[in-house]
Amino acid sequence: MTALSVNHLLGIKGLSREDIELIFESADTFKEVINRPIKKVPSLRDITIANLFFENSTRTKLSFELAEKRLSADVINFSASGSSVKKGETLIDTVNNILAMKVDMVVMRHSSPGAALFLSKHVKARIINAGDGTHEHPTQALLDAFSIREKLGSVEGKKVVIVGDILHSRVALSNIFCLQKLGAEVMVCGPTTLIPRYIHELGVKVEHDLRKALNWCDVANMLRVQLERQDDKYFPSLREYSMLFGLDKKLLESLDKEIVVMHPGPINRGVEITSDVADSGQSIILDQVENGVAVRMAVIYRLAEKINRE
Amino acid sequence: MNSVTLLNSTQVNLALKRLARQLVENHDDFHNTVFLGLQPRGIQFAERLVREVEQIIGKPVNFGKIDITFHRDDFRRGEEPLKANRTEINFLIENRQVILIDDVLYTGRSIRAALDAMLSFGRPEKVELCVLVDRRFSRHLPVQPDYVGRQVDSIQSEKVTVKWSETDGTDEVILFTSKTANDSTIG
Repeated sequence: MTALSVNHLLGIKGLSREDIELIFESADTFKEVINRPIKKVPSLRDITIANLFFENSTRTKLSFELAEKRLSADVINFSASGSSVKKGETLIDTVNNILAMKVDMVVMRHSSPGAALFLSKHVKARIINAGDGTHEHPTQALLDAFSIREKLGSVEGKKVVIVGDILHSRVALSNIFCLQKLGAEVMVCGPTTLIPRYIHELGVKVEHDLRKALNWCDVANMLRVQLERQDDKYFPSLREYSMLFGLDKKLLESLDKEIVVMHPGPINRGVEITSDVADSGQSIILDQVENGVAVRMAVIYRLAEKINRE
Repeated sequence: MNSVTLLNSTQVNLALKRLARQLVENHDDFHNTVFLGLQPRGIQFAERLVREVEQIIGKPVNFGKIDITFHRDDFRRGEEPLKANRTEINFLIENRQVILIDDVLYTGRSIRAALDAMLSFGRPEKVELCVLVDRRFSRHLPVQPDYVGRQVDSIQSEKVTVKWSETDGTDEVILFTSKTANDSTIG
């Protein structure tokens, strides 16, 4: 067994298949840990981690914080609102000030694509990208693939369709890289305006008819329409979107086979997915959330392992 | 590398039977006692010992496996990444008597980690330690076994390996001696 090939988790693109498998194997053990009566191990007692969220987040932030605490790391939290960022401080200055307080690892979410890469080149700490604009969200993709592996036994050879706002989705891009590295076939489905023009260059299939896409796949990952990132009108109305690209019970039950339904959250119930589908037995949405903690523990543990003690 | 057989197949089995008898002597029918084998190398010894005990008392006992990886004190100090194994404890250890089982007791660091890991499953009434081989005079921590198969005087450059018929074809305890041996075992 070898250590991770990277020192930072900036995106799935930079990981090898072996890296992903090492993370999954570790996540299996951490999943057992978080189901114990005492859900905590002392491995990272001497590591301090800063969670820097320059953009809103509920699930990811809580999941990271819980993962860090379950590994016994010291945790400090920072969110952009109410900070000196508003007073005009640059990103590097903000982070270096935090690092001056002896922080070993930084988990960062930022609205600019490439922010994590930029930071990794300029500061002396391990960086975990918790979402950089519309670019990548590597831990989400890892936990999605981990959940598919858990539900279906493996990712290799499975057919996964990602439905919705592909254009503005960092989850979609990271998922495509991750699933392809693990040997799955990937299709994207959505309105033409929300599918990037050259996405087929990544080796993914493109489909605009939801029913056809669902009949092809083993797993459907339903993405949220990211209205906050849309500076233009991409489709006539939410109602029309949900009629054409929303998944409801009737559609799900009319398919040729039983598929697995995923959603990275937050759900807009009644838009991309109806309540009865989200809460059905075919949905693994809450498993994804549980696995998120285990997968993030694995990522943090494997990166911390590479920090040399001076 | 020179090797000396410390225990052959017959001696390993005699030791197993003796240890099982000693355990039965102290624990009666094991109604309040559980066995915890240390992953990975203590498991086979633990399984054999549990089988012996069950034959004597004629009923199954509680047996779990504990992994110490995340409780070890050498995290980030070695070159190789630590590989974790499964912890399987399907019973409560609160107020129970626990018998920790490992194949070789060396520095005592694994046992320290195991005690720490075990406390995640409750507060036992009492903990005892049973090992097949005790490399005495090599402890880094004040840990002593309650049940010992065989005591060995060995130096740091030597290595003790336990073989089991299930995986290695034979039951045997071997001491390897080498002037250049780099002993990285923590036991």
